[in-house]
Amino acid sequence: MMYDKKLIIPGLVIFVWLMTLPFWYNSGKATAAPEVKIDTPVIQEMAEKKCIEDKQYMREAHMQVLDDWRDEVVRERKRVEVTTGGKTYEMSLQNECMKCHSNKAEFCDKCHDYVAVDPYCWDCHIEPKEKK
Amino acid sequence: MRVLFPALAVVVGLIILASLGAALGLDAIFGVLVPYAAFVTFVFGFIYRIVKWAQVPVPFRIPSTCGQHKSFPWLKNRSRIDNPSSWPGVVVRMFLEIFCFRSLFRNTKAEIHYTPFSADPPKVVYGSAKWLWLAGLAFHWSFLLIVVRHYRFFTEPIPWLVQFLESLDGFMQFGVPALYMTDGLILAAVTYLFIRRVVVPQLRYISLPADYFPLFLIFGIVVSGMLMRYITRIDVVGVKELAMGWVTLHPTVPDGIGIMFYIHLLLVSVLLAYFPFSKLMHAGGVFLSPTRNLANNNRVKRHINPWNYPVKVHTYEEYEDEFRDLMKEAGIPVEKE
Ligand code: HEC
Ligand code: HEC
Ligand code: HEC
Ligand code: HEM
Repeated sequence: MMYDKKLIIPGLVIFVWLMTLPFWYNSGKATAAPEVKIDTPVIQEMAEKKCIEDKQYMREAHMQVLDDWRDEVVRERKRVEVTTGGKTYEMSLQNECMKCHSNKAEFCDKCHDYVAVDPYCWDCHIEPKEKK
Repeated sequence: MRVLFPALAVVVGLIILASLGAALGLDAIFGVLVPYAAFVTFVFGFIYRIVKWAQVPVPFRIPSTCGQHKSFPWLKNRSRIDNPSSWPGVVVRMFLEIFCFRSLFRNTKAEIHYTPFSADPPKVVYGSAKWLWLAGLAFHWSFLLIVVRHYRFFTEPIPWLVQFLESLDGFMQFGVPALYMTDGLILAAVTYLFIRRVVVPQLRYISLPADYFPLFLIFGIVVSGMLMRYITRIDVVGVKELAMGWVTLHPTVPDGIGIMFYIHLLLVSVLLAYFPFSKLMHAGGVFLSPTRNLANNNRVKRHINPWNYPVKVHTYEEYEDEFRDLMKEAGIPVEKE
């Protein structure tokens, strides 16, 4: 025997609805992780299509790379970095990352929109010009 | 130590278990099976506990409230919120209780003050104690915000509100990825709640493993979450793929998400499964607090006790009808001739 059913049952319905909200919200929607495009002119000319570090590391920690670069440049006046593989890179968001990844909308943004990150870097740094 | 250690050992054990699971490639178990099982246990366990509580009758309004209740019209200073006589007041009281922890705000401490070098007897002094309220509020609100922010993993497209809270929380733009204020707050609050139990002797005395365990568990969840965001890094896009798989009922386990995520996830799963069977059920219980959710209308309305058995009554009228003649004979006055 339950008391106060008039309040408790609606309360429980709201609870279940809230807890299962993502199931309702997404039901019937096909979702796939974004496919990022690396078909920019600069990358296509590369013999070995490789980022600064290996792909998995870049996926996970590219923002830390950028953060380190920023500190090195702004605080230490060191603009050139040598990474594994003996290649030299200029530690620059606009001149290095975006030289290869000149398709910001199809690359950076695509991923970021998927997980709702909105880097504020572009308040100051200039986005590469893209053909729409 | 004998109380604290088991709670700590279980959490450490869970962390080792999750690391082992990830290292052995048991992703399907720890990434799909365990979270699903934990979620189902949480939802059904929660309902079960509420239904159990709802079976307990509360026949009498418990006016363990402060303030003047509704009485004669000339009695002023009536407390409409503290001692409400109808539902609007109850709604306000419940709102303040749930969102502002009003009862905790009135927490007091009692101390015995001795006056040195005097014959005066020691005095009991009461004072307000707001730290618990403050830490409790900081903890719960941060927790809520963190959980709402996590909806970015469970929704596509991501609702406006989630993105708004994210930018609000990362407003300080400190570091990359931006530090969330709620992360710092919840860490400080949980630490306070733990230290308080260990340092205050009376509290340490009454603390059980069931008090420490949720604290350690939540501490572990927060620390593993912060580690993967700010330090070790994990594949966040992979996590979203996994989470979207759960909620669209097409579970997939992407490779290489990172061990720290599986630690986070196992601790969260254990928290969910443990929730309905622990003191954490105060989350549902607060809605069913009889001293908070009932209007004090004892003198206005009759509340009948549901376990009353039917009482045989014999009214005076019936008594007189039965014995009228004998009463008259004996000269006892009767009401009806
Ligand atoms: C020399 C050209 C080049 C530069 C400079 C470069 N990248 Fe890359 N990047 C690539 C290539 C090529 C890939 C694809 C790697 C692969 O598929 O193995 C890639 C992959 C990535 C990925 C992983 C994408 C995925 O599919 O998961 C991220 C993230 C990334 N880059 C970010 C950056 C950032 C941030 C910078 C600047 C710090 C940068 N890249 C600089 C060429 C470059
Ligand atoms: C308030 C404006 C501002 C914002 C916001 C900002 N930067 Fe910068 N950044 C600068 C300035 C100014 C420099 C110095 C440029 C130089 O000396 O070449 C710089 C330099 C850098 C450099 C090294 C030089 C170069 O050419 O790129 C990196 C890397 C960098 N920023 C990354 C970032 C990242 C990542 C973010 C977002 C998380 C960000 N910045 C946000 C203003 C800003
Ligand atoms: C594989 C998907 C992916 C690609 C491609 C990618 N990012 Fe990211 N990026 C992420 C994720 C996921 C995060 C957020 C991580 C988190 O929340 O912990 C992030 C975060 C960042 C941040 C930190 C933002 C903040 O506010 O904390 C910066 C800066 C950033 N990315 C720059 C870039 C740039 C520049 C590019 C393009 C060259 C790029 N990213 C491409 C997935 C990606
Ligand atoms: C009780 C529920 C949970 C709590 C209290 C919690 C807490 C946290 C905290 C405090 C962080 C630090 C970063 C932030 O504040 O966003 C975090 C990060 C994270 N959590 Fe949780 N979490 C919970 C459930 C989950 C679940 C169910 C998942 C599975 C999808 C998850 C996945 C993650 C991931 C991937 C990160 C890293 C995010 C990033 O790098 O930006 N969490 N968590």
